[in-house]
Order: sequence, then structure tokens, then C-alpha cells
Amino acid sequence: MSDLRALYQEIILEHNKNPRNFKKMPEATRMLEGYNPLCGDHYTLYLKIVNDTIVDISFEGSGCAISKASASVMTTLLKGKTKAEAEKMFETFRLLVTGELKDMSFETLGKLGAFAGVSEFPARVKCASLAWHTMHNAIDAKTDVVSTE
Amino acid sequence: MMTSGTTLLQNDDALQAWTMKLREQFPILNEHVHSKRLVYLDNAATTQKPESVLSAMEGYYRHLNSNIHRGVHFLSEQATEAYEGVREKLRSYINAAATGEIVFVRGTTEAINLVADSFGRAFVKAGDEVLISGMEHHSNIVPWQLLCERTGASLKVAPIDDRGEIIVEEFERLLNKRTRIVGLAHVSNALGTVNPVKHLIDLAHRHDIPVLVDGAQAGPHLRIDVRDLDCDFYALSAHKMYGPTGIGVLYGKQRLLESMPPYQGGGDMIRSVTFEKTVFNDLPYKFEAGTPSIAEGIGFGAALDFLTSLDWRAVSVHEHSLLEKASDALCNIPGVRIIGTAREKAGVVSFVLNDVHPHDIGTILDQEGIAVRTGHHCAQPVMLRYGIPATVRASFAVYNTKEEIEALIRGIYRVKEVFH
Ligand SMILES: Cc1ncc(COP(=O)(O)O)c(C=O)c1O
Repeated sequence: MSDLRALYQEIILEHNKNPRNFKKMPEATRMLEGYNPLCGDHYTLYLKIVNDTIVDISFEGSGCAISKASASVMTTLLKGKTKAEAEKMFETFRLLVTGELKDMSFETLGKLGAFAGVSEFPARVKCASLAWHTMHNAIDAKTDVVSTE
Repeated sequence: MMTSGTTLLQNDDALQAWTMKLREQFPILNEHVHSKRLVYLDNAATTQKPESVLSAMEGYYRHLNSNIHRGVHFLSEQATEAYEGVREKLRSYINAAATGEIVFVRGTTEAINLVADSFGRAFVKAGDEVLISGMEHHSNIVPWQLLCERTGASLKVAPIDDRGEIIVEEFERLLNKRTRIVGLAHVSNALGTVNPVKHLIDLAHRHDIPVLVDGAQAGPHLRIDVRDLDCDFYALSAHKMYGPTGIGVLYGKQRLLESMPPYQGGGDMIRSVTFEKTVFNDLPYKFEAGTPSIAEGIGFGAALDFLTSLDWRAVSVHEHSLLEKASDALCNIPGVRIIGTAREKAGVVSFVLNDVHPHDIGTILDQEGIAVRTGHHCAQPVMLRYGIPATVRASFAVYNTKEEIEALIRGIYRVKEVFH
């Protein structure tokens, strides 16, 4: 059970139940779908980017608790960030969930820290990363559906 | 194993003893996962293998390894005899008329692709139709789509009802003079439905339309008699029948197989080759190009021996009692909805739990050592039909026990605890 609690942290369960910024955004400047064919996680991410800054971000769609909470937390973290800051956070997140993040204390990770347990569940890394990959591709201005496969 | 099904029907203890005896033949069932005893409920994906299958395959590599159909030397003769012996075993097991009707393939997927390609080239042209059902596995959809794309034929789909049964009247209505072939699952991997294939085949035959039956999920649960069904093609995968991966069979009626061109070209499938002209080999070798999976074929033979040794009345009683126990217990958990409630089912129970995603359920069950499948089960149209992205699927084999069903149910309560 302890391993499970490490994966399903309260923050994750709470964001899954009440996802933040969970809506369409008609005025979005970028819109991209993220799809994980293995488990059917499927989201649309909306970004409003002005002068390299993410002034607004939202998402909608459906999927497992890990993917949904990850998308929700991501939207709360990225609002107001520049594209470069967002990319940097994506890199931190990627290292965190793959267990490669060595020298960073959990305090500095903030809400991202809730996803540390994912690294013990290799099958779930793709779920946790889906929204982040989608964001990464969206600010790269690719317009296709993003797949983590 | 000598206990008759009738006795087992009346006696829970006898059934229990019968199962425990069977379990001893499957070494993997003693494994531990996350420090819990493995509870393997993913048998529709692939079944575990008995000791006899493992040792037959190892025995081949240790004592007989050589290529077949081509050597005059002792080992090659012995290996050929062993491999061809399996073909005869299969013929007898599914009651085909001749070994020429038993084509070795990699599995169900390759069997269907073979028919879609070869039958398609011979008989399907623009404007024709291919008919399948709404509950097919992707491997009984995509090969036909590719065929239709290639030829300009169109794919028709007989719908299923809310229980997960093919609507027979709709199926019948879709049969017409443009229909060239019908493809149907014997048992649905996503819903567990046992289709009335014998009746559906009869309906198709009234229009002279041949029928391919995808038997991937029927193999482990039903005794198959291709002549009783009167199917034109029947596809099986050994790995779902307690045998190894990489081998399966396509049964085809001789008359049809003879009228079809080869699938792949290469060694073994020819009688003579010159640069001007190649004469193809007789059935079934015409469809078997190249060195086959010999060890796997021999393992398949051992799996057939295992299946033949089973008391099939007992198998049916046992598997139905597992299915019933699981379905009843799941129904009693608030928030659980079973997907697929056909009147006739075999070995599979698919379900969803409130808005908890199946993938999360799968992870939590895995922590309890319980292996289930979560996802769309290679049947996305079925998920679409029920308006869900995925299900949790528990699927049973002869060696599963009531205790394992109880573990599954406890696991679901654990899920509810986490997602209070
Ligand atoms: C109904 C059905 N058809 C076809 C297949 C494909 O079998 P294989 O992957 O062994 O070729 C499966 C396997 O999951 C199945 O369940």
C-alpha cells in the first residue's frame, strides 16, 4: 500500500477529481491533442501565447488519474511562464518521473514533487508525461496530434 | 482428472481438487509479484504454459534440432515427423477432413491476413462487400480494411446490441449477392460473448458466402469441431491454448484453399523453380513459405495433448462457475458496471468502476499481484459502441480458482479505498 500511496498522492487524487483549468479556450493561439493509444488517454491542450509568454493555458479530455492530474497541475504551474521557463520545467518533470533527477530537493520541486512516485511505476511514466509532451510540441508550434507512443 | 463433469457439478470440493491438480502443471503460478502470490487473470491475452509444453520445446532443441522437410539425415527426419505429427493432432483435434486443410501460421492474426490477402486476390473486386461484426478484434477488422482499400470493395459491419450480442436479423439483412466473405469471432475477447457461429454460418451459406471464424478466444474454452460448424476458415493461436507464442493454425476447406493463390513465396511452398516458372507445392505447403517455428509447433502439440487430457465437462462447469462468481460479486460492488452481458459467455468479464480509469485500477490490482488487462483490448469499435475509453478485463483459464476471484474483488475494494 505504501507504494500505491506514493503514486496516488492526495494532490494527484484531488486534481483528478477537480481538474483545474479544465475547459475549452476559444481565444487560444495554440491547440494540440495528446493521445496515448495504449490506454486511451486523450486530451486537448489550449495555450494562449503572447510575446513568448503563456498567458493562459487550459485542457479538456479524458484519461487516467495520473495523466489528468498531471495535466491539471501543469496548467497551474505554467500560467504566466515564458516558453523557455516552461521547457525547463518540462525537463525537470521528465527527469523526475523517469527517476533520473538526482540533485534537487523536494521543496524546490513544489507541486511537481507529487509525481516523484511515478518513477517506481514504469508503466505509468507515459501517462504522467502526456500533457507535458503535448505542451512541449505545442509551443514548438507543431500542429499534429501528439502521441506518446 | 478422471472425475466426470457431472460429479464436479454437484461437488465443490471435487472441483477444487481438480483445479489444484491442474495448477501443479503450471510452474509460473508459483511466482510472486510485488511480494504477493501471482493471481493471473489475463488469460485472454495469453494463457500460461504447462510443464509438458515447456519440456517439449526444450526437448526439441536439446535432442532433435534440425530443419524439417529437407534433410535426409536422422535428426531432420525425426524433427519432420514430430512437426507433421502435430499437424495430424490438430486435424483430429478440430475434426478437419484432411491434414492438407491445416496450415501452420504465426497465429490468428497471420491466419486472417493470409485469407484476406489470398482469398481477396482470387475472389474480391471493386463493388464487392466483406461482412464482419461490431465486436471484432482489430485483427479481424484491419486485414479486411486493407483488402477493401486495395480492391475497392467495402466493409460492412453487423451491429451488436446492448448485451453484446450480434443482432442476427441485421446480420442476415447485410448478406447479399455482393458479399464475398464473412469474418466473425467465435468468442469476443472484449465482451466474452459466445456467438452463435453455427447458425450465422448457415445463414451465410444460404447465399453461398464463405465464413472465416476467428477462434482465438474459443480455443481455450470450447471444443471446436470445424465440420460440425461447417465454417470455411477457422483461425487459432496456440498461445491462448496453453501453447507457445509464434504458432497458430489456419484451417481452410480444401476446395477453397486449392482455389487460392500462395500468400508468401519462398522455400517449402514450391515444387520446382526455374527463372521462367515456379510450380507450387500441394496443400498445405503452398501456404507455408520458409522455415516455420518448429519448436513452437512441437510445443503446440504438447498443448493439444494437455487440452485432450482435460475433462471438458469439468472445464465448462469450472469456467462457468468462475465467470458467475466474478460477475455476481462485481455486480454487488456499488459503481461497477459489467460491459458485455450476453446470454452465452465464456471466460471473460469486462467492467468499469464509476469514473475511475481502468489504467489506475490495473496498477492498483498489480500491486496486489493480480494481473488483469486494462485498455481497449484491441477492440476500439466495441469501446466506442459502449461510449467508454477502456475497460478492466479479467479472463479465466482452467487453473484459476474461486480464491483468485475473491482476491480480485478485494482488489477492487482497495481501488475504492484509494479513490474514495
Ligand atoms: C478475438 C481475437 N482475435 C484475434 C486475436 C489475435 O491473436 P494473435 O495476436 O495471437 O494473432 C486475439 C488476441 O488477442 C483475439 O482475442
